[in-house]
Amino acid sequence: MTPALAMPDFVRVHGLHVAAHNFRGEDAPIVSDVSFSIGKGEVLALIGESGSGKTTIALALMGHTRAGCRITSGSVHIGSTDVLSLGHKGLLDLRGREVSYIAQSAAASFNPARPLLDQVIESARTHGMLSRAQAEAKAIEMFRSLSLPEPELIGRRYPHQLSGGQLQRMMAVMALITDPKLVILDEPTTALDVTTQIDVLRSFKKLLSECGTSAIYVSHDLPVVAQMADYIVVLNCGRIRENGRCEELLSNPQDPYTRKLISAAKPHVRVQPRLHVQLAVDTLPAPAATPALEIRGLVAGYGPIDAQGLPRKTVLRNVDLTLERGATLGVIGESGSGKSTLARVIAGLTPPAAGTITFNGKPLDAHIEGRTRDQLRRIQIVFQNADTALNPAHTVSGLLGRPLELYHGVRGAEREQRVTRLLDQVHLPREIARRRCGELSGGQKQRINLARALAAEPDLILCDEVTSALDTVVGAAVLDLLIDLRRELNLSYLFISHDISTVRSICDDVLVLYRGEPVESGAAEQVTTEPQHSYTALLMACVPQLRPGWLEEAPARHAPERSTEMP
Amino acid sequence: MIKPVASSPDEVRDAANVGKVRDLRDVADTAGETRSARPRYSLWRRLPPSGWIGAAIVAFWAAVALFGGLLSPHDSGEVISVEVFAPLSAHSPLGSDFLGRDMLSRMLVGARYTVGLALAAALLASITGTLLGLAAAVAAKWFDEILSRLLDGLICIPSKIFALVMVAAFGSSVGVLLLTAALTYTPGAFRIARSLAVNTVVLDYVQVARARGEGRLYIACREILPNIIQPMMADFGLRFVFIVLLLSGLSFLGLGVQPPAADLGSLVRENISGLWDAAPAVIIPALAIASLTIGMNLLIDNWPGAARRGAGGR
Repeated sequence: MTPALAMPDFVRVHGLHVAAHNFRGEDAPIVSDVSFSIGKGEVLALIGESGSGKTTIALALMGHTRAGCRITSGSVHIGSTDVLSLGHKGLLDLRGREVSYIAQSAAASFNPARPLLDQVIESARTHGMLSRAQAEAKAIEMFRSLSLPEPELIGRRYPHQLSGGQLQRMMAVMALITDPKLVILDEPTTALDVTTQIDVLRSFKKLLSECGTSAIYVSHDLPVVAQMADYIVVLNCGRIRENGRCEELLSNPQDPYTRKLISAAKPHVRVQPRLHVQLAVDTLPAPAATPALEIRGLVAGYGPIDAQGLPRKTVLRNVDLTLERGATLGVIGESGSGKSTLARVIAGLTPPAAGTITFNGKPLDAHIEGRTRDQLRRIQIVFQNADTALNPAHTVSGLLGRPLELYHGVRGAEREQRVTRLLDQVHLPREIARRRCGELSGGQKQRINLARALAAEPDLILCDEVTSALDTVVGAAVLDLLIDLRRELNLSYLFISHDISTVRSICDDVLVLYRGEPVESGAAEQVTTEPQHSYTALLMACVPQLRPGWLEEAPARHAPERSTEMP
Repeated sequence: MIKPVASSPDEVRDAANVGKVRDLRDVADTAGETRSARPRYSLWRRLPPSGWIGAAIVAFWAAVALFGGLLSPHDSGEVISVEVFAPLSAHSPLGSDFLGRDMLSRMLVGARYTVGLALAAALLASITGTLLGLAAAVAAKWFDEILSRLLDGLICIPSKIFALVMVAAFGSSVGVLLLTAALTYTPGAFRIARSLAVNTVVLDYVQVARARGEGRLYIACREILPNIIQPMMADFGLRFVFIVLLLSGLSFLGLGVQPPAADLGSLVRENISGLWDAAPAVIIPALAIASLTIGMNLLIDNWPGAARRGAGGR
């Protein structure tokens, strides 16, 4: 496995098999024959798509399986401890003390009703390792070393008073307060913005090297892993596809699956900017085409509107944008920058407080009720999370058939035919029409989500983070589909994303939003290579690169920590 | 105006055929997505044993309520024995009551009142509550506000007192009892339906439907209702149990179904003097009420939808 080291490996996993019980009472393997080992103080990354068994393996290291699963064979050794032979009592002693766990969503992992310091030192107290005063002093010391604001006082706050990045660092302190021998980090930065992620990654790296702890880093994000790991194990369908030292594996991948992961993670431009638009203009008789969408002086938010015409909670201020027919405009910004509100305003779901929206040269009413059915048809919105965007009570055929019926009055056999055609268009098998979306995978659901928008035969599709919930490889396939469809149907997209590399790869123009105000806009190529505004530059600099050592070179974040002023 | 390139269906299809460029990623995507074929399991396979027991008890009482009248050996008012509070015997399988009437026949007829009346009242309460809840969720804010406060007013009247007043004012008849029970339990059903519907209204799929230009009726009936029907059915079961207890309580006080007809509650009351002799005539209807409510509770607690709520993927 890993190259021979002078001292025996500290964590050894050998021939691990984990099986899940299915409805028929049969065992279905979810992890098969996984072996790896790491030395003291080393970091090993488990990388793979969702469903590849990476979290299952990570949990097995603590002797735990999720409900319905069991470890069928294999061994896990941490130091001299044989984890899988431990009884209930032994496992209780092991967890939190020898092995600790950092979960993906820190917000969901803290008890909202208790102050943070109590929770952070809990494991040290439970295991009787430190007195309360010692534990608190140690925690505060660690808060300071992670440069959390007000280290002496921050422990008295409650989880909702901290930002996601701060909470994630709190989790790290909680996990490391007992000086465990092994830390398991399960997608710890997936839910964070890039600008926050970079700080959290640095914090993790610093703490791990200070404590000399071994770590298992579970992630689907190759560039992030490249910064953190000494070794990488590539998983697919519960089996190891390839493993090796981080640099070697990235520079010289052997397995085709690894190569595919690496190529999906590398930024590459998928569209030739403007080429398509040029073609469309050449072949059509109207050269001075009106833009598909034009927005001027848009102000929007939530709550009652005050005397100055501003809503109580203003989310968007002075937004101007122009979207040419057949073009793609990317909207970038971190969470809370108002990207999704912009899409909702254009769709009519959130009426703006001020400003005008012009669509195909005609003014668009602020409310859905004031728009014509044809206008509604021409603008379709596709939400990020297909799980909540598709009604679980309807079949695929019902979901796709409804817009056909509503806008085009198609019924019966013709409706079924057009549903089939739509499924072809998004490259899905026709049999799927009878299924409900609970029975489909994430990528399939997102294609259905897209197909429903296409059913209306729109001019403009508002794509709100459509690939964010998907694995890299599946997300890349959805992006390719978007590009194909744009070429075939002359669609315009408003493409909202926090992921700069995605925006760079498919957009013609880019608009950067910062706290609800546009700070920069222009051609995608230009904005991403020569950013004018410091915030844009920061965003660009924070995108992890597939190159070990990038984290150390990357600039420190200079934007203020927002949550310290805003709970 | 520039016409969209592919506006007619044929053009769309042709474009789709031309554009079927599937690179390695696309194939991998589809290949990785074959895990979705999972056979559907019927309700009965998913019901745990305690759910089965509940279902059997409920089915038994439903059968008694439907066919009891046909099976009763005697007329429910006929005195068949000189012995009052007779023990179980071949002649009268469940003994006799305080007048020497056959308990089996009276039980078979009494169950019809209890089950039938409670079922009708619970259905009325749940359906009205669900419809009002849906209306409150999709209608304008002021409508929701007025409706909610109105039904909040109703909810704070104690159910027993309300029933006593209704019976005192209008006399005791099946119709009055039905309306009283339904009216008492409608606000509760409304609250549950409204809170479920309000949570569903903010979900993305309802937003998509709104952005598509769907009407309120479509959103309420096609987008929201199918997703709240499961918990509403569980709620219906609970309401049925409450109504059985309310009606039995009223009958026990002598305000429910009037003699010579009797429901399970009034059977307990009229035979209460047999309690000191441990007469089956008082114990059996009490047991019957208990078994009906316990059976219904077992069934709804183990209803597959209730357990799935946590893992519903939302």
